[in-house]
Amino acid sequence: MQTLDILKPGQTAVVVKLNSVGSMRRRLLDIGLVEGTRVECLGKSPSGDPSAFLIRGAVIAIRSEDCRDIEITF
Amino acid sequence: MGLTNTSVGRGAIDGGLNIAKRSPEDKVIALAGNPNVGKSTIFNSLTGMKQHTGNWPGKTVANAFGFCKSKKNSYILVDIPGTYSLMAHSAEEEVARNFICFGEADAVMVVCDATRLERNLNLVLQTMEIAENVIVCVNLMDEARKKGITPDLTRLSEILGVPVVGAVGRSKKSVCSLLDTLDIAEKQNNKYEVKYDSATEQAIALIKPALDNCSLKRLNSRWLALKIIENDKGIIKEINNYLGYDIMSAANVQSSVYLANKILKDNNFHSSFEDRVVSSIVKAAEKIAGEVVEEKKKGYSLFDRRMDKILTSKVFGYPIMLIFLAIVFWITIVGANYPSELLSNFLFSAEDKLRGLFIYLGAPEWLRGALVEGVYRVLAWVVAVMLPPMAIFFPLFTLLEDSGYLPRIAYNLDKPFKKCNACGKQALAMCMGFGCNAAGVVGCRIIDSPRVRLLAILTNNFVPCNGRFPTIITLISIFFISASGIAASAASALLLTAVILFGIFMTFAVTKLLSRTLLKGVPSSFTLELPSYRRPQIGKVIVRSIFDRTLFVLGRAVSVAAPAGLVIWLFANVQVGDVSLLKACADFFDPFAQLFGLDGVILIAFILGFPANEIVVPIIIMAYMSSGALTEMGSLTEMQALLTANGWDTATAVSVILFSLMHWPCSTTLMTVKKETGSLKWTFLAAALPTACGLTVCFVFNLFVKIFC
Repeated sequence: MQTLDILKPGQTAVVVKLNSVGSMRRRLLDIGLVEGTRVECLGKSPSGDPSAFLIRGAVIAIRSEDCRDIEITF
Repeated sequence: MGLTNTSVGRGAIDGGLNIAKRSPEDKVIALAGNPNVGKSTIFNSLTGMKQHTGNWPGKTVANAFGFCKSKKNSYILVDIPGTYSLMAHSAEEEVARNFICFGEADAVMVVCDATRLERNLNLVLQTMEIAENVIVCVNLMDEARKKGITPDLTRLSEILGVPVVGAVGRSKKSVCSLLDTLDIAEKQNNKYEVKYDSATEQAIALIKPALDNCSLKRLNSRWLALKIIENDKGIIKEINNYLGYDIMSAANVQSSVYLANKILKDNNFHSSFEDRVVSSIVKAAEKIAGEVVEEKKKGYSLFDRRMDKILTSKVFGYPIMLIFLAIVFWITIVGANYPSELLSNFLFSAEDKLRGLFIYLGAPEWLRGALVEGVYRVLAWVVAVMLPPMAIFFPLFTLLEDSGYLPRIAYNLDKPFKKCNACGKQALAMCMGFGCNAAGVVGCRIIDSPRVRLLAILTNNFVPCNGRFPTIITLISIFFISASGIAASAASALLLTAVILFGIFMTFAVTKLLSRTLLKGVPSSFTLELPSYRRPQIGKVIVRSIFDRTLFVLGRAVSVAAPAGLVIWLFANVQVGDVSLLKACADFFDPFAQLFGLDGVILIAFILGFPANEIVVPIIIMAYMSSGALTEMGSLTEMQALLTANGWDTATAVSVILFSLMHWPCSTTLMTVKKETGSLKWTFLAAALPTACGLTVCFVFNLFVKIFC
């Protein structure tokens, strides 16, 4: 099982499953991160975390521990 | 929210929403939209108001309203907080949802970002489920065009079955077409409906007829059915409050819900009901966007990518933040020098004339003293020393804010803040604090977790606001800079940056301390949207913020500095025994103040400066002058002479700078903290924490000085 935190800047993947819970889950659903959504990693913050992702035309920063709840496929 | 007349100072304390209709025919239009889509700009251009607009999500945190008139009607526009959805996870989303559900608006205008239409449609579709009449305003059409994105608005209107209008921020043409669209928003009955999976649709079909038999006021029965199936207790409670009866106990509702749940259960879905609903809406938005948006270049623009590569890069990210900070201070210091001198020359020559006038009129000496040496002199000082740096710093900060850089600061600083069990959004509130701590405290609302929000509120005062910069700048220029010209101003800017960095260091330290003790907890989850960079409207920002700020500072100077000047004059001139009251008080505080490298007068000045930090230095000067050392004040050299004559040395200056950085917040900020936390205990802590830190740091510093110097 691969998760979003392994996505390197420049790489693109598709969301397979969302394991996040609670408010994080609702936030991610709000920004349109449902199953089948294409996600591109744009870069990392200077200290390596969080990372910025292009999701449905918007750029969203997500921390790597939250990314581990998002299953992806290439 | 941002920094304007209405958001800083007293205006930061908002008092709920009372929409006052001018006439019963006024129609109420709610303005909804995702965060940072130019909603406030649309609101301003329609109402002619000056709500602050800045390029970062979460500026509007409470409802605001204004008026506008079209050819046919007059309207009341209500600007509700920007939200991604109406599922109500955070305070502002609840405000937004409740207004759309229960605000009885005649129509809801959803403002969308043309460059991110797909995600914005998510909110449009959710709003259409709830509201009777919806208007879609696709904003930022110019930016979209630049990026090669051209949404087909006619087609969008056909699909959605509601009026759709394109807009370009503040342009006159947009305002006209928006007003025309408002006039045709009524009686929509062919709206697009999101179709859910067949089991959900069957469930809705079971419950809806039962609901249609109830009196629902303006609630939509299909949406209500969804919420009942979802069993969202929060919204059902609000609905019951609104309707005045328990909807679940209405005839046939309970039984139909039972049947509906049975159907859903039989289908054995692997994901939750709410997920399926959200997913259907997102997919519907995707499909619609696919039909109306033809993108030549997909996604985030090359320019934005390049900017991010530099501004958030591993190597340059942090240095650039520091350089920006230093440059802003440098421009402030250099720019303020000249007007400051001009103003003080003018105002102090006017003092002589004023004194002459009083003598000519034969006014009694005490009156002349109280008004000229008391009220006028403090006023003149506030205007001459405090106003120019503010009038420069403020627009500079606004430019940074408009450009979209502030969210990148939050992005860059998330990890350090996370180490303190807080989050990067605290950096945004901290940046707001540079302008005004009261505004910074309100800005903490963008933080979702209550614990993290409280951390940010309690530590906001560790960055000096606009009212404290000039104090620090003045003392730095007097005591630490011997050179002149560019080198001097650059050195001042660097020293000031160092002071600020110390403030930021204290923010981290105290945040960490609090999250280890009183506010224990794990770092909460965090998402942050990074908006596209926008070219700030330089001319407009400068004119508006100088004008806003100038009026604001002058107003505050009159209301706070004038009485304070009077008080300090009285203190200096009322005799107790054979010494003045001021001397008696100063002597009383002196031994205590000396422990921290201050003196009695300085401490009194800080206490009297409680309503506004701007007046601390003027009061110190006044107090020293009234003790008879000097009669006229002009340049910094004379001021240095005055301070030195009253026992100041470099160590005193450092102590005053440190204490200015860390003492109790001004009264407005404390009132805002009280309002935001709703607790006297936290308000007290918000005052006690920085004071304790300031006293400790000053004490240690002076101990150090005494031992080693």
